[in-house]
Amino acid sequence: MKKRKSNLPFKGTPEQEKQLLAVIEAHKGEKGALMPVMQEAQEIYGYLPIEVQQIIAKGLSVPVEEVYGVSTFYSQFALTPKGEYKISVCLGTACYVKGAQEVFDRIVEILGIEADECTEDGKFSLEACRCIGACGLAPVMTINEEVYGRLVADDVDDILKKYM
Amino acid sequence: MINLKVNGIDVSVPEGSTVLEAARQANIEIPTLCYMKEINAIGACRICMVEISEGGRPFRMATACVYPVSEGMEVKTNTIKVINSRKNTLKMILSTHNRSCLSCVRSGNCELQTLCQEYGVEDAAEFDGAMPEALFDTSAAHMVRDNSKCILCRRCVAACKQQQVGVIGANDRGFDTHIGSAFDNDLAKVDCISCGQCIVNCPTGALHEKDNTAEVYEALADESKYVVVQTAPAVRAGLGEEFGLPIGTDVEGKMVAALRRLGFDKVFDTDTAADITIMEESNELIERVTNGGVLPLITSCSPGWIKYCEYHYPELLPNVSSCKSPQQMFGATIKTWFAEKNNIDPKDIVVVSVMPCTAKKFEIGRDDESAAGVADVDISITTRELARMIKRMHMNFNALPDEQFDSPLGEATGAAVIFGATGGVMEAALRTAVEKITGEELKDVDFPVVRGTDPVKVTEMKVGDINVKVGVASGITGAKELLERVKAGEEFTFIEIMGCPGGCVNGGGQPIQPTSVRQTVDIKAKRASVLYNNDAAKAIRKSHENPFVKAVYAEYFEKPGSHKAHEVLHTTYVDRSNEVIM
Repeated sequence: MKKRKSNLPFKGTPEQEKQLLAVIEAHKGEKGALMPVMQEAQEIYGYLPIEVQQIIAKGLSVPVEEVYGVSTFYSQFALTPKGEYKISVCLGTACYVKGAQEVFDRIVEILGIEADECTEDGKFSLEACRCIGACGLAPVMTINEEVYGRLVADDVDDILKKYM
Repeated sequence: MINLKVNGIDVSVPEGSTVLEAARQANIEIPTLCYMKEINAIGACRICMVEISEGGRPFRMATACVYPVSEGMEVKTNTIKVINSRKNTLKMILSTHNRSCLSCVRSGNCELQTLCQEYGVEDAAEFDGAMPEALFDTSAAHMVRDNSKCILCRRCVAACKQQQVGVIGANDRGFDTHIGSAFDNDLAKVDCISCGQCIVNCPTGALHEKDNTAEVYEALADESKYVVVQTAPAVRAGLGEEFGLPIGTDVEGKMVAALRRLGFDKVFDTDTAADITIMEESNELIERVTNGGVLPLITSCSPGWIKYCEYHYPELLPNVSSCKSPQQMFGATIKTWFAEKNNIDPKDIVVVSVMPCTAKKFEIGRDDESAAGVADVDISITTRELARMIKRMHMNFNALPDEQFDSPLGEATGAAVIFGATGGVMEAALRTAVEKITGEELKDVDFPVVRGTDPVKVTEMKVGDINVKVGVASGITGAKELLERVKAGEEFTFIEIMGCPGGCVNGGGQPIQPTSVRQTVDIKAKRASVLYNNDAAKAIRKSHENPFVKAVYAEYFEKPGSHKAHEVLHTTYVDRSNEVIM
């Protein structure tokens, strides 16, 4: 699946940039510095928008296309921000056969975002995950650390309301 | 040395050689698609698979392009297993390949097509299924990227990176993998320098120049238009390859004959404008040297280099000569002096240029390149497009008589023709500048120290009382090396930079040779030899002695660097550093 790019404006702070520049400085000149810098950048910003990728490219003197290529190759890198509440719906086999897709679709409908996107107010982000080892509760979703199981699509409204 | 057997033939090769190199020693060519020596040795395409046995162990499959030889190794390159492996690889490539080959720009010169023909692979029926998203980028002035014909060999990526540009790479993963730019921006939006080295390294029709031949046919058919064609020096050194002639064949006469038969009103030579360039540029050099101007002076003939400078070294733009490139000086001279003299409205003149270059397509649209209020050059086509036009007209190119350029913009010196090889502009400028500075006749006009295809050439010489240090770079890797030396404080007087490795003879608009040839033949040197032989055979080898150039200055430009000359023959540059995505 092609990686989804951020639909939201970049909201990086000067403090974050200072942190990132320190990370780059620490790794500069190292062989294979790109991936560790990208990982730490993602920890600082939560994701790797073009603005961040440009800082990394400039700092490490590599073409920004190379940074982008790596960021779209590895699933651990996100190009979209995470929301205050991170919704993760399991679409693993057990959850899927128990109707997880309908749960997922209902969330898309309510929040108006697709998988790997974040709502404009920065409140919710949505992702599909594979088995989280709670097949007995299928279909299951998590919102941050909270686990919701044995769901039907109609449960979604009330659950989301708690966070709105 | 390592001893091994390739198809039973004994071979000795240096340690560290690959199986591919060892096989070449035995005159066995192993097919490759993704491989480029040193810059793209990634073993990705799997077409070079061979069977190897080491230390008496059973034969197994390995990629010849990257697998190192070992003592006593046995290699088999043509077993049934190898052939079937290559067939399957081809079928899998074809399964996601847009197989509209009939009118493909690379049909007949496609490395994938050649292999399919050789291995009898017709289609990929057993692997057919989903196709990746077809991406088609026509945003850039000079080229088209058609990812439906891309085989993901990454040779373009390596060529772009080698050029220090690095604006393309593999994005996404697995079935969605595609070649593109950062954040999937269009090529026109990134800092691509239009050099076209990606195109000449592409094995298929995924990358090609923007074809402007239709506009040429249209102009030729329009009776109200006076259509003038100019050809760059390197075109005559490459065009013959499109018609089966050996690399390094001079086809100047046949090229002129073909252009005349295509119906151009005048068939002129960019070389004549190159002589004018030398008049202006050597004058600029002498003025800067004597009046304490910004040094080093850096040449401005290569639009790929200019674009690179504007993106990445804007602080050096004051060093770049304000001279337009010969292509533009030619157009400007035609639409001013020639138009006035022949009483033709410049609006009714169409100047077509034939160039070894794709960046020239970008250059014609630059600001401040319209001396007569209309574009200096209207249409720029590559050597390949000219070949296509000649083929379309069904001319028997090799049987054409050798004809001469039209007068007066067909008279050029030996100094001008070597512009097409790295070091040529420098040598041509020195021939004029040395005479002007010393006031004495330069007896030996050859400057072998600036010749050859090394990416960086530096030399010092004494001209009169002045110590002159010159640098020549070709390919952006060389350019960057030289520019960093300048920025570090090394004092140069004059620097020539050409965007493509080896200069224009190896430009992005030149005929495409398959990878097997590119790796075993020094194309740059062979094509350059055409230009140096042409120069040596000329009676006049110094630009300032060109009778036409003398006349046009006496009549129109007054003297180099005059107000008129500045109006018509000089240009300006822009700082594009804020356009760089990086």
